[in-house]
Amino acid sequence: MKTASRVFTVLIFVFLFAPIVILLVFSFNDSKSLSVFTGFTLKWYRELLHDQTTLSSVRNTILLAVSAMAISTVMGTAASVGIHRLRSRWLRATLNTVTDIPMTNPDIITGISLMLMFVFAGRLLGLSQSLSFWTMLIAHVTFCLPYVILQVLPKLNQMDPALPEAAQDLGCTPLRAFFKVTIPEIMPGILTGAIMAFTMSLDDFVISYFTSGAGFQTLPIRIYSMTKKTVTPKMYALATIIFFVILALLIVSNLTDQDRAKARPLRQKRSD
Amino acid sequence: MKKTLSLLLLIALLCGLLTGCGGGKAESAGAAGGTLTLNVYNWGEYISDGSEDSYDTIAEFERWYQETYGQKVKVNYDTYASNEDMYAKLSAGAVSYDVIIPSDYMIARMADEGLLLELDFDNIPNYVNIDETFRSLYYDPDNKYTVPYVFGAIGILYDANQVDPADVTGWDLLWNEKYAGSILQFNNPRDAFGTAMYRLGIDVNSTDKSDWDKAYDALMEQRPLRYGLVMDEIYNLMGSGEAAIGVYYTGDYFFMLDGQSGDVDLRFCAPEHTNLYVDAMCIPKCCQNKELAERFINFMLEHDAAVANALYTCDASPNRLVYTDEAYREEMGEEALEILYPDRREFAETYNKVAFRNLPPEILEYMNTLWENVKIS
Repeated sequence: MKTASRVFTVLIFVFLFAPIVILLVFSFNDSKSLSVFTGFTLKWYRELLHDQTTLSSVRNTILLAVSAMAISTVMGTAASVGIHRLRSRWLRATLNTVTDIPMTNPDIITGISLMLMFVFAGRLLGLSQSLSFWTMLIAHVTFCLPYVILQVLPKLNQMDPALPEAAQDLGCTPLRAFFKVTIPEIMPGILTGAIMAFTMSLDDFVISYFTSGAGFQTLPIRIYSMTKKTVTPKMYALATIIFFVILALLIVSNLTDQDRAKARPLRQKRSD
Repeated sequence: MKKTLSLLLLIALLCGLLTGCGGGKAESAGAAGGTLTLNVYNWGEYISDGSEDSYDTIAEFERWYQETYGQKVKVNYDTYASNEDMYAKLSAGAVSYDVIIPSDYMIARMADEGLLLELDFDNIPNYVNIDETFRSLYYDPDNKYTVPYVFGAIGILYDANQVDPADVTGWDLLWNEKYAGSILQFNNPRDAFGTAMYRLGIDVNSTDKSDWDKAYDALMEQRPLRYGLVMDEIYNLMGSGEAAIGVYYTGDYFFMLDGQSGDVDLRFCAPEHTNLYVDAMCIPKCCQNKELAERFINFMLEHDAAVANALYTCDASPNRLVYTDEAYREEMGEEALEILYPDRREFAETYNKVAFRNLPPEILEYMNTLWENVKIS
């Protein structure tokens, strides 16, 4: 029984990581083949650095993900605070459902309806082209927002409502109390929300595809359009680099999480 | 009080963010005061982009333009994956591009719908480089809208180590029971039905539903013999020898040769009746700077750019300067040239006969319904 469960675990890990390992190995392959390894080379990495179209699509993707993350985190936190303070239970439930719609809606429907709306608005304003970086940003904020709210709202509910009140009792202005007490208290939720928004924006293809304008293509769109010929090993190299960057980010964020977990009991003791 | 404050704060934050980005944008626009912008929309991997020490078409154009006209140009080069994708975006008026390179049937459709602008050939003097046989083709009978970029055919690929040369007779190879389980068919309806119709000698632009039924029966008959329906996957399946017989586009065959493993010997067979296609450069109605777009098209017809692109895409070029170029001929090799450029003189005549045309909506729908059955069975 024990061996069976071990084999099972190993199998799961193989299935999870084999594709990444294969990608990694073949990003160093001398030929374009995906079946034979003819020799070690770094030429695909070199070529990636010279491929302006791909590099600019990487830049676009990161710019978009960072902006979408920043805006949706601020807006999502503000929205959560607003929803949290609502007195009417009915209104709160309704708002919660409404904010969940972009998350549960199939991407393709969100994408097409956003495109139609942008084109319609563009026509009204008489623009020569309605889609641009800004429409894409609006679209990304739209679908990132619910994830932020979903992370922040529970933290607000968990928070002891007496804390900000106590701060105000001790002389804080309401604003100061919000920044000094509420924000630190819900910070883990805000951070998780921001990270989720970033990753959602980074790997979104469907919605981006419908809302991207001329001169601003993101990486997923670029890779998809390569299918007329074949996806070149340059892309394996790029995927490998992205994988390691994300891995590094994950390790760093886990380490800081652990630090915080260690620090927390101390702080609680003090506040007791 | 609390509410107004937090609202004000939020607005301040948002403004900070927006002006932060906006400032950057205004700056780049300021620097771009004298810079023209050209938006090009092309297939992915369809232009020589400077990789593997090749010619960087876009950079060269920007350099050449500044030298010739003394003005800076910034080319935004975007890519699409299919004609339909490109059409969907352009026809919705969602984006504006200056130069596009669709395939023949899509050009015919866009010209019909008034989505293309007539070219001013005074700005495209290099049009003389285009061989006469590639002019006045069905999609643009009066040569108003297009300058051909590449042409090609659909052909049969096989692994000579697995397939007996005696069996390579044409389309029948794709229905040969000897190779059951290792035959690849197209995973798109137009091309897949096409292979069956060419084999049966049916007109591929037939509007008679019974013709499509016959092709459907042929595809169903092929079903037990097939390894699968594929598009891009063919590169790895053929290259590794996992499948022995496939059908694809000529240009891609040479791409595939690059990636074949040691025990695979890929060969090409051009069936007697097969599809020929042309992809051509056009200017869509949403174009912002027509003269610049025409100069770009003209640049693409120059010797260096045309040869580099033909070498990069491995597709056949309708440009005389390309196939008469010694270096090009040497690089491609005699065998490849024979496959890529069969009987150029009669191209127009054959092409107008075998090319895929835009089908009437009801036939298109019928074909798609049949195709669903082919796929799920």
